Formats: sequence, structure tokens, C-alpha cells
Amino acid sequence: MPVEYWLIFILIVMIIASIAALEMEDVLSSIVAIGVVGLGVSLSFLFLQAPDLAIVQFLFEIFALIILVKAFMGKEYHKEEPSRINKILAGITVITLAAIFIFSVSVFELLPPFGEPLMTTSQYYLDKGAQDTGAANLVSSIILDYRAYDTLGEITVLFTAILGAFTILRIKTKSKKDKTEFSHAAK
Amino acid sequence: MRQNDGMTLIVKTVTRISVWMILLYGIYIIFHGHLSPGGGFAGGVIIALAFLNVMLAYGRKFTSDWLNIGFLHDLESASATLFLVIGILGISIGGAFLANFITKGELFALLSAGTILPLNIIIGIKVGMSLFLVAWVLAGSKTVKGE
Amino acid sequence: MIVYLLCFVLLLVGLYGVLTKRDLIKIILSIGILGYAVNLLLILFAYRKGSIYPILAKGKEVSQMVDPLPQALVLTSIVIELGTTAMLVALAIKLFEKYETFDITQIRRLKG
Repeated sequence: MPVEYWLIFILIVMIIASIAALEMEDVLSSIVAIGVVGLGVSLSFLFLQAPDLAIVQFLFEIFALIILVKAFMGKEYHKEEPSRINKILAGITVITLAAIFIFSVSVFELLPPFGEPLMTTSQYYLDKGAQDTGAANLVSSIILDYRAYDTLGEITVLFTAILGAFTILRIKTKSKKDKTEFSHAAK
Repeated sequence: MRQNDGMTLIVKTVTRISVWMILLYGIYIIFHGHLSPGGGFAGGVIIALAFLNVMLAYGRKFTSDWLNIGFLHDLESASATLFLVIGILGISIGGAFLANFITKGELFALLSAGTILPLNIIIGIKVGMSLFLVAWVLAGSKTVKGE
Repeated sequence: MIVYLLCFVLLLVGLYGVLTKRDLIKIILSIGILGYAVNLLLILFAYRKGSIYPILAKGKEVSQMVDPLPQALVLTSIVIELGTTAMLVALAIKLFEKYETFDITQIRRLKG
């Protein structure tokens, strides 16, 4: 069975799972469905010959699942039923997205067909990578030697995101008791 | 309050053994990043998950006694600085920012590929520490009603 | 070709979630779906038929390897996604502490 058929099968499962994740009421079911999507991505990376990415994506799934379950489970809150206007707006959004899909089919015809990449700069990396850097893993040689600036930027973004999370969670917020007073004051 | 003190005795006993294996696997993945699939990112996430395993099994208070959280903060910031230091050493020795100034060595040897191995170790520490700290902070925020 | 289109459908599903859902949890999950779709699309462009992974070993020819450049770009992007997801979850938790809801129609005031 060629790779393409496997990928089509996995992608259809992923689309169904993502729609299920968005439409289900229960929070835990949504998070599990998102896990199915992520594991599908990890499996596709294996079929597309990217083992580095498959490992990282799999670990990402585990970590994201722990964070989401720990943060969102056991929280009760009042959900307002979507009104009629909301339903109409959702319908309009679906129609617009379908139109975008139909118009973008011709864009995808311009791209190089599946299985035949351009390979311009990459051919140099493949040919000279071992000689220039001495690393057997060519992906590693790109992220840490040829394009180490990229990794430096990545480290900066991660550092900032972590600092942001720390700062946000350290602020003391007013509880609900204060909130009612606040709304009185606002009037 | 009882639930915050971690899980049952079985989970704690298994964790006591498994966490060292997970840590060892993460270190292996980091050190072989230039030879086989993996590298600093994957190994760092594995190390973060090992610490997270302890936090889920034993509770948050035990983890803050076992690990020095302030020291982890320092390690995280220091690794970001070390990356820059290696980049600037590249200017003075190799002639360009982040140049590969250490000798390359043999192709399939463990100690080869110049600066790729130290940079992999630095990224592993950085990613592992920062992700664990984020999970630690998120678990610490008291949001569930009644706790 | 059909693989690209299916991956684009996945991206549109994520976009639909961001645009129409009013639950903060669902919006965070939709952003996750968007990230998955973009990463997968980049790796789909890199695949070469009948090739192997770009890791050298004895007896493997360089001419039969897939494109390593998009893989290197996506590797950093996945970790950044993890950082941004954690940041979004932190924001959502703070909003829940203040308003005790995840419904964005009830989160009106942006001060204090």
C-alpha cells in the first residue's frame, strides 16, 4: 500500500476527530479527541520519514494532555445556549470557508505535486552536511549549525512565553465577592 | 486536602523506580541527538515529563522539597545565556556568530560534530526546565472551587 | 494533491472553531488544530517518493533522502506551540478566576 493511501486514511480520521473535538459538550471528551488528532499527526510524520518530529509530536501530545486536563477538569460554569443569530452566523461561516476551499483548489495545483519536492537549498545540505558539520543527523546539523539563529529565536520565544505565564499567574485577582461590588461601582 | 498529597502507594512505589529510567532515557536522547533521531527538544520534553511524573504521583509540596525550584529557574536562565556565550565565542574563534569552532571529529563517533553536542545539551536543559516550571505553576493555581 | 486538500480541510476546521466557538477551551483546542495542520502541510511538501529519513548511516545514499529543511523548521515550531499553549491556558485560568466562566460572551469588561 503506497504512503499516499495511508495518509488519506489518517487525515480523514483526523478531520472527523477534530470536528468531534469542537462539537462535543463534555470537556474531557474534547481533550481526548484532540489527542487523537495529535497522534494522527505523529503517525503521519512517521509515514513521511520524519522520526525526529514523530518523537517530539508524541511527547507534545502527552504534555498538552496533562496541562489541559489539570487546568480545565472539574470546572462548572454556566453556558448560554447559542441564539438563532449565532446559528445563522455559524452557517454563514461554514459557507464562506467552503467557498475559500473551492477557490483554493487551483492554488494547490500550482504547487509541486506530492512526492516531488523542489530541493534547491536542501540538496546542498544533504550533499555537504556531514562534511561541514560532522553530524550524522542532518536535521540536527541544520537546526544547530546552518540555521542556529532559528533555534536562538525559538529559545527566546519559549523564555518569553514562560515568563508571561509566570507573570499572569502571579497576579492576585479579585474574587467573585469583589466583582459584585465592582459591577455596582461601574453603574 | 487529602487528594493534593498525591496518589496511592502503588503509584508512588512504581514512580520511585520509573522516574530514574525516564531521566536516563532523556539524557540518552539528548547526547545522541547528532547521531540518531531525537536531540535537545525531544530529550528536554522527556526530562520535563519525568519531573511531572513525580509531581503527579507525590503532590506539589513534596516536589518543591525534593527539587529546588529557585535553582531550576537559575538553570533555565543560565542555559539561555550559555547559548549566547557559545554564539559569541564563535565570533572570536570561528569568525561568525554561532560558528562551529570545535573540531568536527569522526563522523559516527559520540564526541563529534563540534558545537552541536554542547548546544544540544543546553537546549535540552532549557526546554526541560521551562516546560516543567510552566506545568508546576499551572498546577499550583487554585482555581477549582472548594480547595 | 488530494493529500494537500485534506490537510487544508483540517486547517479550515480549526479556523471554523476559532471563528464560531464561544467557549475559551474550544478556542484553545482550535488553535491547536490550526498548528497541527500547518506543521503537517509543511512536512507534506518535503516528502520525496521512495526516500528514507535524513539520517546518515553506513550504506545509505544521500540521493534517496527526504528534504530535511522543513523538518528542522517544524521541529522548532512544535516546541513554540507548546509554550504558547501553556501561555493561553494560563490566561484562561486567570479569566476563570475573575469571571468564573469560560464563555466569552460573558467576559465583557477588559479592565481590572
